Amino acid sequence: MNINLTLIGQAIAFAIFVWFCVKYVWPPITEAMAARQKKIADGLSAADRASLDLELAQEKAAQEMRAAKEQAAALIEQANKRANQIVEDSKGEARQEGQKLIDQAHAEIEQERVKARDALRAEVAALAVAGAEKILEKSVDANAHSEMLEKLAAEL
Amino acid sequence: MAADTPVEYIQHHLQNLTYGKLPAGYERVDPYTEEVVVLQETSWTFARSSVEAADMGFMAIHVDTMGWSLAMGLLFLTLFRLVAKRATSGQPGGLQNMVEMTVEFVQGIVRDGFHGKNPFIAPLALTIFVWVLLMNTLKLIPVDFIPSLAQFLGLEYFKIVPTTDPNGTFGIAIGVFFLIIYYNFKVKGPGGFAKELSFTPFNHWLLVPFNLLLEIIGHLTKPLSLALRLFGNMYAGEVVFILIALLPFWLQWTLNVPWAIFHILVVTLQAFIFTTLSVVYLSQAHEEH
Repeated sequence: MNINLTLIGQAIAFAIFVWFCVKYVWPPITEAMAARQKKIADGLSAADRASLDLELAQEKAAQEMRAAKEQAAALIEQANKRANQIVEDSKGEARQEGQKLIDQAHAEIEQERVKARDALRAEVAALAVAGAEKILEKSVDANAHSEMLEKLAAEL
Repeated sequence: MAADTPVEYIQHHLQNLTYGKLPAGYERVDPYTEEVVVLQETSWTFARSSVEAADMGFMAIHVDTMGWSLAMGLLFLTLFRLVAKRATSGQPGGLQNMVEMTVEFVQGIVRDGFHGKNPFIAPLALTIFVWVLLMNTLKLIPVDFIPSLAQFLGLEYFKIVPTTDPNGTFGIAIGVFFLIIYYNFKVKGPGGFAKELSFTPFNHWLLVPFNLLLEIIGHLTKPLSLALRLFGNMYAGEVVFILIALLPFWLQWTLNVPWAIFHILVVTLQAFIFTTLSVVYLSQAHEEH
């Protein structure tokens, strides 16, 4: 229990220990701890960011999906319209074609009719002349009465 | 071994292994044969009795206190330096975890107790805390183990707990005291420090002498309170352990075990109090009033 040199020795040892701790022990440990803290903080914020990104990506994907659906619907509608149009077009064409055929047939019929009438007319004139010859028992001067006969034929 | 009666046993256990200077003409009494030898010349030697140790005066050193405190300090520094060298910011191992827990604990003490800005304080507090804690922990080794071993090796006295030696505690406290004075001068300047000493607590020129007396005593009590609190607690605990060791060996555990368990608390608490008070005193040294 005597106070002696031990006191000074202890104080010196204390000073040396403190110096060593300040210089060689404290900085590396606290730096490692701070670095870990930063790492953890970074990791947490990265995780936050990632979940945010995921949310955004999901939203984007949903949007794309919706857009694709809309596009598909539009395409289908367009295709339907186009098909209808094609059907309509071909219908019209067919109608036109038919009309044309009908018209052609009409024209041919008309032609045939005109031809037949002309033939008939010619024959009627000849018949009339022959009838008249028979009636008059004399030959009618075809040249002299041709004008009258033509008039008659035109009236038919 | 001069330990036949309980009183002698206790005294024997409370005596440090002292190496010191005995003056020429000193009469050395052999503790066994009571033979008296007169020293021819001044000589450095191990004290063979408490009386010799006391007669050595200031020029003596407690080899056991110094040895064990140095050993504990080196244990602390080696352990922590090892971790510091291998410190990883990744997943820490068990040892690094323990060291980091201690460091964080000390950082907490400094954060709560120290209001200035000084990167020196936290490592200082760490050194005080771990060193004192390790020295205190030596007390949990049964009181006869190591002294008996030392006796076997021919060393008469051996006291292993440096904090039960006032030299041990005062050594640290004086270190802290010098730091307090140093920072008072550094932060406040000699003028500021003198002004603080002269004009607190009573801000009147007539009361300057009174203030000076009060403040100087106040400053001087800081190392005293630090050292004596730690020493007193550890010494008292040690005495109780020695008293328990006087019981028959088959009965000792009934008191020894509870006392040791209680001392796990005391050991830690005293290290904590020493550290916290040092930090608070140093904080006061940094604060302008």
